[in-house]
Amino acid sequence: MSSVDIQTVLPEILLSVYAMIALLGAVYTGKDALAKTITWITAGVMVAIAIMIAGGSGATSAFNGMFLDDAYARFAKVAILLAAAAVLVVGEATMARRGILKFEYPILVALGTVGMMMMVSAGNLMSLYMGLELQSLSLYVVASLNRDSVKSTEAGMKYFVLGALSSGLLLYGSSLVYGYAGTTDFAGILAAANDGHVGLGMLIGLVFVATGLAFKVSAVPFHMWTPDVYEGAPTPVTAFFATAPKMAAMGLFARVMFDAFGNAISDWSQIIALMAVLSMFLGAFAAIGQTNIKRLMAYSSIAHMGFALMGLAAGTEFGVQMMLQYMAVYVAMNVGTFAFIMSMERDGRPVTDISALNQLASTEKAKALAMLVLMFSLAGVPPMLGFFAKYGVLIAAVNAGMTWLAVAAVIASVIGAFYYLRIVYFMYFGDEVEGVEINMSPAAWAALMASAVIVMVGFVNFFGIEGAAQAAAAALVK
Amino acid sequence: MNNLLSIITFLPLVAAVILALFLRGDDEAAARNAKWLALAATVATFLFSLLVLTGFDSANTGYQFVEEGDWIMGLKYKMGVDGISVLFVMLTTFMMPLTIWASWGVKTRVKEYMIAFLLLETLMLGVFMALDLVLFYLFFEAGLIPMFLIIGIWGGANRIYASFKFFLYTFIGSVLMLVAMVYMALEVGSTDFEMLANHQFDSHSFSLLGLQIAGGIQTLLFLAFFASFAVKMPMWPVHTWLPDAHVQAPTAGSVVLAAILLKMGGYGFLRFSLPMFPVGVETMATFVLWISVIAIVYTSLVALVQEDMKKLIAYSSVAHMGYVTAGIFSLNQQGLDGAIFQMISHGFISGALFLCVGVIYDRMHTRDIDAYGGLATRMPAYALIFMFFTMANVGLPGTSGFVGEFLTLVGMFKANTWVALVATSGVILSAAYALYLYRRVVFGDLIKESLKAITDMDKRERMIFAPLVAMTLLLGVYPSLVTDIIGPSVEALLSNYHAAIPTELVEAAASTSH
Repeated sequence: MSSVDIQTVLPEILLSVYAMIALLGAVYTGKDALAKTITWITAGVMVAIAIMIAGGSGATSAFNGMFLDDAYARFAKVAILLAAAAVLVVGEATMARRGILKFEYPILVALGTVGMMMMVSAGNLMSLYMGLELQSLSLYVVASLNRDSVKSTEAGMKYFVLGALSSGLLLYGSSLVYGYAGTTDFAGILAAANDGHVGLGMLIGLVFVATGLAFKVSAVPFHMWTPDVYEGAPTPVTAFFATAPKMAAMGLFARVMFDAFGNAISDWSQIIALMAVLSMFLGAFAAIGQTNIKRLMAYSSIAHMGFALMGLAAGTEFGVQMMLQYMAVYVAMNVGTFAFIMSMERDGRPVTDISALNQLASTEKAKALAMLVLMFSLAGVPPMLGFFAKYGVLIAAVNAGMTWLAVAAVIASVIGAFYYLRIVYFMYFGDEVEGVEINMSPAAWAALMASAVIVMVGFVNFFGIEGAAQAAAAALVK
Repeated sequence: MNNLLSIITFLPLVAAVILALFLRGDDEAAARNAKWLALAATVATFLFSLLVLTGFDSANTGYQFVEEGDWIMGLKYKMGVDGISVLFVMLTTFMMPLTIWASWGVKTRVKEYMIAFLLLETLMLGVFMALDLVLFYLFFEAGLIPMFLIIGIWGGANRIYASFKFFLYTFIGSVLMLVAMVYMALEVGSTDFEMLANHQFDSHSFSLLGLQIAGGIQTLLFLAFFASFAVKMPMWPVHTWLPDAHVQAPTAGSVVLAAILLKMGGYGFLRFSLPMFPVGVETMATFVLWISVIAIVYTSLVALVQEDMKKLIAYSSVAHMGYVTAGIFSLNQQGLDGAIFQMISHGFISGALFLCVGVIYDRMHTRDIDAYGGLATRMPAYALIFMFFTMANVGLPGTSGFVGEFLTLVGMFKANTWVALVATSGVILSAAYALYLYRRVVFGDLIKESLKAITDMDKRERMIFAPLVAMTLLLGVYPSLVTDIIGPSVEALLSNYHAAIPTELVEAAASTSH
């Protein structure tokens, strides 16, 4: 261990140290009374670290290649940190109103975020697993944060059992890969498959690793946990699940596939293409029948992961760039959408029924309009940013010779458009029934509006993330 | 002015943003301000667009008033007009003030209503001016959002079904086009229209899933675009969204739909299909000709039995669009000239007919033909206007409807005599349903109690119809106004088209059609 190593992992160290200090401080002093303060400070620390990371340059590795710091990791980390910070701030007031704003919540989110940062920086199967487990264990706990609710504890339990299963699969795959490559180092695995294909034994390992990762991004057919966990967890926690961990899991997926198996792209791109198609269609069809907006958003996120995987399936640098842009747009849209969803209340109790949104547009004009913009963006209708994200992955797929995948994707997007339109329909054309109050804190309101404005005016210049995404993809795909 | 086209396109958008941000309150004064601001913005847009018309050089067949700038993802912001698109721009800017003025009686959510229409105008103008594939797609698709809301919020009883049907039908057509666009952009390495039109896409037959594809990639690209434009037109058998959308939309929505949105399909054929996939067009032309004439006859027959006035006019629109597609796919000067002329003229006539329905709907709140009868006694001015546009719809010589139908029929006759024969029977059928409608609504005795107190058109309504009558007559007696502008561009389009067809295909086509 040298000082260069420490320098490289400094952001992760800072966040972990902060989390531990905050934990000790809270335990010995005010406990839950400090929860609000800690939440805001955590968000501030995350933003500060994100700024620090964004200023970095070059590519270094630490601890003998266990940990990589390159433009790709930086792009993913900035997105993860900003998403986590936004969700913390947005959810704070809602958590407090539900009486579940415990001081552990921001600390667990911070630790989970450290895990996510590890994931996208992993250069070795071991460090990958460590990051993944740190993330997952934090998430299991926050899922069941509402201990008095049967649904919330059920969500945590389900998440834990299925998450453990997927970790097991991943570990089993890793052991096979290690057995056939003789190393857990990504660079070593890459060298073992230098003739364009991996051997049969390693191929089986690859499939298991991919399966484990597919669990984390909730790609079909490993998506079953998603709707239940989304529904059961407190909504601010669901907002967290839908954003930062998804970004991290996709980031990790691409990291493993290119850094470790980048010489055998043809071996895995078909698997991922198939998962992409299945995710898009299942996400589109299964959401149609949902009446609970959280379950609906769960299927929506499954469908979106399908689109993002399409960029990965292309197996090109351009594809990775488009995947990263897709994920950035996806996160921006979901923060706003969940800021709205977590504020849906009636008589102080949370409401998740879609039909409760009836005629919302006549009472809450600005909020309904912002949701309308976000829904059309999620559906991929131009000129919203969601369209350009989809257009990007379509180009990547066609460019890689997967025109069939692009055709399937656009058909799925039409089916998916139906349920986003249905939300618009309830808000704007629905009948007068018992309505819903949108009880928003200023932070949630700001997030909703910012998100709507971002997707609305993003078509002007994409906020300049294109260049960063391109540099990130270039760093990953050599 | 170097960015005249951008000014025209985004002026309504600016007005919409001003309305959204600065107009507060729901009271009557706010509603009145919203109406006047929207009217002023659309009139200003029209006046600016006159500068385009006067500055337009019809002998120049290239794009004029071109603006170009870089955009995201390697795309270009490029706008321009040529002889084919300039009149559609004019049609749009001409119809929009009338549409806004016709909506003076809107009571609910006036501000949002005006914002929706202003947004729609920006998007429609963008469609006709965009010279970049993705920019075009953006305008083309984004237009669905305001129209979806217009039908859904201000529509009739069954508006929800109609709005979803409208959105999803047109959306599925367009996304296939999107895939084709992605393919083209990658193949050519550019999304610029001129580059794409100069590119020869591969036209060698190949087999796909055991199916032999004559014309190769070009045919597939043609079909992908066809899926979108055929729905938008709409062509039989994918026209079923239109009657629903028309019937449920508010009057102004129907006017915009009939007068402008339906023209996007025809414009698309002229802008994309003919110049970019000539071999695909040649391969599919006969097929399209036949479904066009099926549309003419079938939808005319359907129109005969309608009980709802708007539905009848909607089916009549589908039939008239059949002439347009048949004219385009005749692939000769008369056919194309006629098709464009028919689109322009149909914009005025069908728009006016929907306004006519709106006039009595505002008074009686029903569109049932049976609820009317004998209006001529109480509403003589209305009877006159309605008669004028009924005749124009039938294609009476002296009105613009005649010129369009005649030219397309000549074009069809030159391309395929049998097609022309069947299509001509549509002229008779259109006279049948239009006159039958007119007789049942306007003539006869005024026996219905509810109609006894109905009042004739007021000044505002008369003034809305005046420019439409003037244009219909003017184009009817002096069609060169249009054909002089479109002629050179159409000629250039056709000569490029014929030059791009391989000779063996021309001979094969010649041997089958005679």
